[in-house]
Amino acid sequence: MPESTNAVTLERVTVEYGKNRALQDVSAVFPRGAVGLLGPNGAGKSTMLKSLLGFITPTGGTMQVLGLDVASKPTEIRARLGYMPENDAHIPGMNAVSFVAYCAQLAGLPKADAMQRAHEVLYYVGLGEARYRNVETYSTGMKQRIKLAQALVHDPQLMFLDEPTNGMDPKGREEMLELVRDIAHNKGISIILSSHLLPDVEYTCDHVVVMDKGRIAAHGSIEDLKGPAGRVYEVRIKGPLLDFIAALEAQGIECHETDEDIMRVFVPAGHPAGEANRLFQLATAQGVQVRHLRPSLPTLEDVFAKAIGEA
Amino acid sequence: MSPIHDQTYRHYEGHREPPGKTWSVIAWAGIRNMLTKRAFLGLLIFAWVPFVVRAVQFYFAANYPQFAQIIAPTAATFRDFVSQQGLFAFFITIYVGAGLIANDRRANALQIYLSKPISRTEYIVGKLATLLFFLLGVTLLPCVLLLLLQVSFAANIDILRAHTFLPASIVLSTLLMSLVMSCTMLALSSLSNSPRYVAILYTGAIFFTSAIFGFLTAITGGTRMAWIAITSNVGQVTDVLFRQPPSYDSPWQISLIVLLALLALSVSVLERRVKGVEVVS
Repeated sequence: MPESTNAVTLERVTVEYGKNRALQDVSAVFPRGAVGLLGPNGAGKSTMLKSLLGFITPTGGTMQVLGLDVASKPTEIRARLGYMPENDAHIPGMNAVSFVAYCAQLAGLPKADAMQRAHEVLYYVGLGEARYRNVETYSTGMKQRIKLAQALVHDPQLMFLDEPTNGMDPKGREEMLELVRDIAHNKGISIILSSHLLPDVEYTCDHVVVMDKGRIAAHGSIEDLKGPAGRVYEVRIKGPLLDFIAALEAQGIECHETDEDIMRVFVPAGHPAGEANRLFQLATAQGVQVRHLRPSLPTLEDVFAKAIGEA
Repeated sequence: MSPIHDQTYRHYEGHREPPGKTWSVIAWAGIRNMLTKRAFLGLLIFAWVPFVVRAVQFYFAANYPQFAQIIAPTAATFRDFVSQQGLFAFFITIYVGAGLIANDRRANALQIYLSKPISRTEYIVGKLATLLFFLLGVTLLPCVLLLLLQVSFAANIDILRAHTFLPASIVLSTLLMSLVMSCTMLALSSLSNSPRYVAILYTGAIFFTSAIFGFLTAITGGTRMAWIAITSNVGQVTDVLFRQPPSYDSPWQISLIVLLALLALSVSVLERRVKGVEVVS
């Protein structure tokens, strides 16, 4: 079996639905680990995942999952893959443990092992007590958990999670994100988490691929995309403004004027007294009063907005 | 000492079946699911009542010479039995088949199935095997058992000597009937999310084609248009397989071609409809 350092590689992939291009000449690399696939609705996230699963045949380009070619080895890929679909999905007429064991058997596990794994995985996702209930009676949150269980039961190397927190209450959402984070960071299973919820991706993933209108808008590690270490402050002063800006820039501090008299300044990390104190020291030296100082961290939201052109 | 239920996740290092056998998992799950339904078990038992009646008939024909003249089994007896079982096969096709794919479509199960290491063909074969299991269970199985009963009651193989084609006729005719019914039903089941609607469609297809044939027979005064009705085509080919005079005026070859075309159409529909994602362009 080829060992690839990357979980997924796409090269110039194009997917068309009639005249509509869902993916346009997309090239991307998803490293192993936890990667977020971000984008607004209709960006092409689900299309990408379904193409990687072999559900949709691209009109152009090549795709590899775990080093295997999607076009020629779809079955081998799916044996190593777990897929949690976005919408409600189950096998009708089964209780949870039968459903998950059946999914394990479909993935090639012997019957006895499948049943044992089903019990274990249901406990892991928090459905241990409800495992003999018919899946159709489950709440939305429980249905999300059982979708995770069926994707996990055959011990995949890679999981595609499509909007795993959809429709969950805040507590359930938090627990689901904990599970996803645990799977990716402690269990050695790579994940690709497709979501339009930035906090979900930021909490669970190390890398992110931002999609917009069927193209890759940005990709890289979340830390890199957020920019160099340091802090952004909103500052308002009383005193000689131009002299103060000159003093800031002389110290390598980026300064941007915004509305009225508020400035946004980026103070690089590394000052022993802290970034805020550095600003106060400079203000004292220039004889200006700091009337307003509010920290603002660059977030994934900034990255996302910038990538899709909303910044 | 480790706890009985380890609530953390463990990796699986056991055996994995090679791809290609999953259709049997799907088939057995479907069979087990149907066998849990009491109404269906009742239908299965009812479908074996004609077998009991025929077995009694064969017993009397073999042991009481006065009956042998009237009810001795021949190739026509077996042909009639196959035809008789067609009615039960019809009900079983509706009961088992209507929801086979429609229910999966309703519950979005297709994307669960097809995200596992199974092909679309394996999925379809698994579903087909579920339906064929029950259809052959009320056509092929009782027919073969009747033949064996006749041999054992008569304590000779005269019937096989007189009709050497009989075993092959039984197998081919019941297979043809079951295959046509199950493929047609599966194709219809893949067209909708509602088993009820599928059942209506299937019933409509059977009765509508028969009604048109009946109407044309009334107008033309002959049965040359028998190829229009699905059931007539099955009957016509079954007659030929049992070396009986054809029931209708139309050539049996046309009936066979129509049935093969129906099978091809069903496969084509399944190929288009059984997908992990429904693309609306």
